[in-house]
Amino acid sequence: MYEKTLSEQSQALAAGDISSVELTQSYLDRIKQLDADYNSFITVTEELALTQAKKADERRTAGDASALTGIPLAHKDLFCTEGVKTTCGSNILDNFVAPYESTVTRKFREASAVMLGKTNMDEFAMGSSNENSHYGAVKNPWDTKAIPGGSSGGSAACVAARLAAGATGTDTGGSIRQPASHCGITGLKPTYGRVSRYGMIAYASSLDQAGPMAKTAEDCALMLNTMAGFDHRDSTCMDREVPDYTATLNDSLEGMTIGLPKEYFSTGLDAAVEQRIRDAVAEYEKLGATVKEVSLPNLELSIPSYYVIAPAEASTNLSRFDGARFGHRCENPADLMDMYKRSRSEGFGEEVKRRILVGTYALSAGYYDAYYRKAQQIRRMIRDDFMNAFEQCDIIMGPNAPTPAFNIGEKSDDPVAMYLSDIYTLSVNLAGLPGMSVPAGIVEGRPVGLQMIGRHFDEGRLLNAAHRFQQVTDFHKASPFKA
Amino acid sequence: MQWETVIGLEIHVQLATKTKIFSGASTAFGAEPNTQACAVDLGLPGVLPVVNEEAINMALKFGLGVDAEINRVNVFERKNYFYPDLPKGYQTTQLDKPIVGAGHVDITLKDGSTKSIRIHHAHLEEDAGKSLHEDYHGMSGIDLNRAGTPLIEIVTEPDLRNAEEAVAFAKKLHSIVTTLGICDGNMSQGSMRFDVNVSVRPKGQEEFGTRTETKNLNSFKFMEAAILKEVERQIDVLEDGGKIVQETRLYNGDTGEARSMRSKEEANDYRYFPCPDLLPVVIEDSRLEKLRADMPEMPDAKKARFISEFGLSDVDADILSGDQATADFFEAAAKGSDARLASNWVLGEVSRSLNTNEIAIANSPVTAEMLAGLIVRIKDNTISGNIAKKVFEALWNGEGKDADEVIEKKGLKQVTDTGAIEVMIDEVLAANVQQVENYRAAPPEKRGKMIGFFVGQAMKASKGKANPGMVNQILKKKLDS
Repeated sequence: MYEKTLSEQSQALAAGDISSVELTQSYLDRIKQLDADYNSFITVTEELALTQAKKADERRTAGDASALTGIPLAHKDLFCTEGVKTTCGSNILDNFVAPYESTVTRKFREASAVMLGKTNMDEFAMGSSNENSHYGAVKNPWDTKAIPGGSSGGSAACVAARLAAGATGTDTGGSIRQPASHCGITGLKPTYGRVSRYGMIAYASSLDQAGPMAKTAEDCALMLNTMAGFDHRDSTCMDREVPDYTATLNDSLEGMTIGLPKEYFSTGLDAAVEQRIRDAVAEYEKLGATVKEVSLPNLELSIPSYYVIAPAEASTNLSRFDGARFGHRCENPADLMDMYKRSRSEGFGEEVKRRILVGTYALSAGYYDAYYRKAQQIRRMIRDDFMNAFEQCDIIMGPNAPTPAFNIGEKSDDPVAMYLSDIYTLSVNLAGLPGMSVPAGIVEGRPVGLQMIGRHFDEGRLLNAAHRFQQVTDFHKASPFKA
Repeated sequence: MQWETVIGLEIHVQLATKTKIFSGASTAFGAEPNTQACAVDLGLPGVLPVVNEEAINMALKFGLGVDAEINRVNVFERKNYFYPDLPKGYQTTQLDKPIVGAGHVDITLKDGSTKSIRIHHAHLEEDAGKSLHEDYHGMSGIDLNRAGTPLIEIVTEPDLRNAEEAVAFAKKLHSIVTTLGICDGNMSQGSMRFDVNVSVRPKGQEEFGTRTETKNLNSFKFMEAAILKEVERQIDVLEDGGKIVQETRLYNGDTGEARSMRSKEEANDYRYFPCPDLLPVVIEDSRLEKLRADMPEMPDAKKARFISEFGLSDVDADILSGDQATADFFEAAAKGSDARLASNWVLGEVSRSLNTNEIAIANSPVTAEMLAGLIVRIKDNTISGNIAKKVFEALWNGEGKDADEVIEKKGLKQVTDTGAIEVMIDEVLAANVQQVENYRAAPPEKRGKMIGFFVGQAMKASKGKANPGMVNQILKKKLDS
């Protein structure tokens, strides 16, 4: 059953072929058996999961079920979950149990989806390799020498390792798409404002967005149907109707124009990765789409712009972790300053400290105009580039990352090299657009994903395009256990 | 050398919203520590702010009340610093694009002239919590009930030239915000706090001197004393050949002492930037129109109306219009009675009794309706002005539900029966033969004063109940005949 898609499991539950308790138990057994190899979970909520599964079965029996009722999911450990530890991958929140539920996990609870546990992640979602977790690196199920990608590495790995039917992730600069790409699963970063950020521990507020990670586009559509929508608790969440994303999955792609940004295919892109992308695009042409070259002239500027804006926001978002009210406090502080300094020094990891310092510097008096304001101007230019491109095409395609997953430890001493690997994904967050990663093949035993970028609130078209692709290809069916 | 003082004020006004500026927690004063702070106020990870629209409306009303420009697109920013009573590590405030732009408030000076004080801007922000340093043996307690309470910070141009003007301005501002109903005006509970920026310069010099800021003055009295003290200190320093250091100072109202808190060199870098959790606030025309239509009569307009409608003096109208509760009380008392008498009573007996007993006019045991009933009885000669004071006292002490009941119960009705008064006067004259002779021997211009003695005797004999006008009239007739 674990090789089946979320949608197939949902049908099996509806048909009574399996109960949610059975399904949940089988995943819990797998986690116990296998996760020591991948380290994809920080917390497994076995008891809670079985209680929820039982309730879900009762709902099904009562005829009060949605597609997700009884489906075992995993949540990235930055969604606050009432009564269950939420660590954000950080020592500073090692003991934090939120007294409230995030909107995203609440919506899944209300649909009676089952929570298997909380997934490992780069500390405070800062990272592209999942090596920055206080709870240890996550390993790629395709090759445990490789990184799974980050920061939603635990979510991507647990879906790829068939330890959950689907998982939530968050994407600030590619944190859903890049690990989905590296782990051979499907992941969607919705439009900024499509999904509520309430209860999601913030990294960079103007870029963070939660989204689904699963085997297929159809599964992502089912999850997004539950996640998306207005929330009065989040001022940046848009009050817009949520379409049924499954209703348009099979729409024809005849007449759709695909834009290929020439900057996505310039130097730095691995030739084998490029080939997989070009092959995928050719598949779309067969489905009736036409292809056009477009340009995103300021693409290169997205890295410096992102690495000013995100750390700037992070530096103040993370100020609340000061040892005063919750989380880690150092032992026997001499005075107030000592408490702040030592609690934060002990609580935060290297990458988080690095970004706090960069962000603090970028916002400081005398540097604000040179860095932060300039970065915002570039952000506007990048958005305009996309708007211009979308006048000529309906959807933009390209790679998620320049190479397949690299090895654990390979770039951890070179943060700048690590930052550069995010070039294809960052700009989408800066522009607030929806983006997606769809499995498109294997290079040297490691998966490669096709990135698709849509217009604002055009998730339906992305899911449609991905689904049609998955109807005619088998890349999404590849499993580390079948290979 | 002749010195000139330059003063600018920053005033924190706590808005009278029911809930906090970014959360649904209550803003009520005086609750047990940390019982009115929700997850948002505590800055727990993952929570997000949502703007309280009522706080925006109140800030807009202030803008309309001081003829200010309204910034149609205003932006919340984060001011970053670490302090235990600041849960998020930043205060959400407005810097570059505050909601209220330039405006002005006119004050009346002692000589009766008017001076316009320019408002630089007013911005919305959240209050911080409170640190409690007593009772914790080397530790500090934190009460976050106040965290997230909505404030507007009003910043003036340096247009004030002495403590007296500053106080007049502060009082005027108090009357504006209470009239608008956007602040309860309770200064002892911190609803209005004043920071004063003071500098001195040689008279005639255009350039400003170095200023100091004295923070958190919460009464007009402390504000005046702090300014006077600081001006004196600065002049002393300068005349001794010293230099003023730009610094933040604290004034202790209880001891009257002031001290330096921190100098500018130690000032924080607050790293302001637009809060990404809050969208810019866009003010639509329709919203402003609706607020404009609901604006109460402002103190200046009210004062003008009191003068034209009720014929009050400038000074009386100024005081009565200066506070919404007082103005309302006066108008209710004047209604159906007599405005001039009502004015005298409100400024006289009512104010005196309230002050002595430290009661707010809204809680006066003698209501405006009761006062109106009393004034009606003065007007229709049922009681004299003197007796009326006794009736007022009885009403204040709860000895009757209205003036009529007190007059009836205590038998205070004025004697207006001519025959009865004549009998009384005859008795007084018979008992004071010598004084009558003296009176009649005196030249007419001295008689006016001498008659007072007989009036007094007659009133005493009537236990104050005789109509003084009639007593006077009958006495004159009998003595002069």
